[in-house]
Amino acid sequence: MLLIECPYCGPRAEIEFSCGGEAHIQRPPEPDALSDAQWADYLFMRKNARGRSFEQWVHTHGCRRWFNVERDTVSYRIAAVYKIGEVRP
Amino acid sequence: MQRYSLLSLVRNGLAYHQGWQQAWRSPNPRSEYDAVIVGGGGHGLATAYYLAKEHGLRNIAVLEKGWIGGGNTGRNTTIVRSNYLWDEAAHLYESAVKLWEGLSQELNFNVMYSPSGAFNLRHTLQDMRDIERRVNANRLNGIDGEVVTRAQLARMIPALDLDPSARYPVLGASLQRRGGTARHDAVAWGYARGADARGVDIIQQCEVTGIARENGAVTGVQTSRGFIRAKKVGIVAAGNTSVLAAMAELRLPLQSHPLQALVSEPLKPVIDCVVMSNAVHGYVSQSDKGELVIGAGVDGYLGYGQRGSFHVIEHCLSAIVELFPVFSRVRMLRQWGGIVDVSPDACPIISKTPLKGLYINCGWGTGGFKATPGSGWVFAHTMARDEPHALNAPFSLERFSTGRLIDEHGAAAVAH
Repeated sequence: MLLIECPYCGPRAEIEFSCGGEAHIQRPPEPDALSDAQWADYLFMRKNARGRSFEQWVHTHGCRRWFNVERDTVSYRIAAVYKIGEVRP
Repeated sequence: MQRYSLLSLVRNGLAYHQGWQQAWRSPNPRSEYDAVIVGGGGHGLATAYYLAKEHGLRNIAVLEKGWIGGGNTGRNTTIVRSNYLWDEAAHLYESAVKLWEGLSQELNFNVMYSPSGAFNLRHTLQDMRDIERRVNANRLNGIDGEVVTRAQLARMIPALDLDPSARYPVLGASLQRRGGTARHDAVAWGYARGADARGVDIIQQCEVTGIARENGAVTGVQTSRGFIRAKKVGIVAAGNTSVLAAMAELRLPLQSHPLQALVSEPLKPVIDCVVMSNAVHGYVSQSDKGELVIGAGVDGYLGYGQRGSFHVIEHCLSAIVELFPVFSRVRMLRQWGGIVDVSPDACPIISKTPLKGLYINCGWGTGGFKATPGSGWVFAHTMARDEPHALNAPFSLERFSTGRLIDEHGAAAVAH
């Protein structure tokens, strides 16, 4: 089980958290200007990285706040935890 | 190919079993192939087999970075069924079940397909409505299905706890009698042997490291054993599909998660069918060796580690023990994970790509094993004719742009 360092509550067990998928995906500022393929890219296409991955997590059974995690998807080692809005490492 | 039969068994037995041929060769890769399949699991080997048998291609290679059948083909819970809700998915999976029914004869290899019946339990009023809707949809599509009551379940699955005050009260179930299990390793071996006999080169320990392109078309693959030219490349790599697609700068709507399974110590026969429950995220059957084969849900985050989180198994087993209290003291022997590529609508992507000559067969998520023969059949058609078969046309990559998704989360029966 992962030990995740919530930036607000400190280290807690994985079962307190939920993963919200890939981080740093921005909603397009003008959806109407996009083609269907571009909109599909925003909605569905994902890096699905093998190795270094940036993810959103939420401390569901704790402070219920969202934050970002840099994690290796092969070793599962967490390299960094940072708040939403902070620059990614 | 040396055919297996009672006569050949007797003849080789009298000769101290010294006369058996290797089931398939281990050739060195040639410099060029007409078609290269990346991924030597059941789906990839079936694709190569049908490309050679149905479409007359002779110059085919299957490239596998490990050993054949060592990925998800050897890591699943071996369940076969076709009781999917929507027409498109139902037709695709049913085509696979029809092939399962004759597969041992077709391949001259016993794949041990055992239609022992697949049950989906229902625990709530909404489950009952969903199951009745699905059974009716199946029957309209010519797929066998029936709704069974608690009283019938008491006779059919005596080990199941049917007490109305149970933690997960069972109200009834759907049953597909032609559902059941098959021997997963035998499927890979049978297709490998059949493909090899038709001239397919099965190249193990050959990892694809790059996809060469020129003017919007595939020209070959870089591998750990040198460059291989190919006009057509089919990616059938389950959890690693996104990694391969990225080599061709193709973005896919996939997320790879570990999906876990485990087996118990061998027991005397206690359950002669497959029992699944969508609501409690567990499914169980008993192998011919007597082991309980139990499957859990996927981890909630990306993972390529071929292992899973312990709390996911704990959650699954607590539900299985509530349903089958008699299993509470059974010891588990092994636990493992396979990397499944989950698509947004829990349906596969069997499709051409924007790159000419590159084809993908992925997104089977948590339920690809049951479709192995049908998947190979339609993907071989797609690669050979450069256009999809009617069965897999709805499963194109374009459906994520057009919005024609095929939502099968309900019938997938595994927690995503």
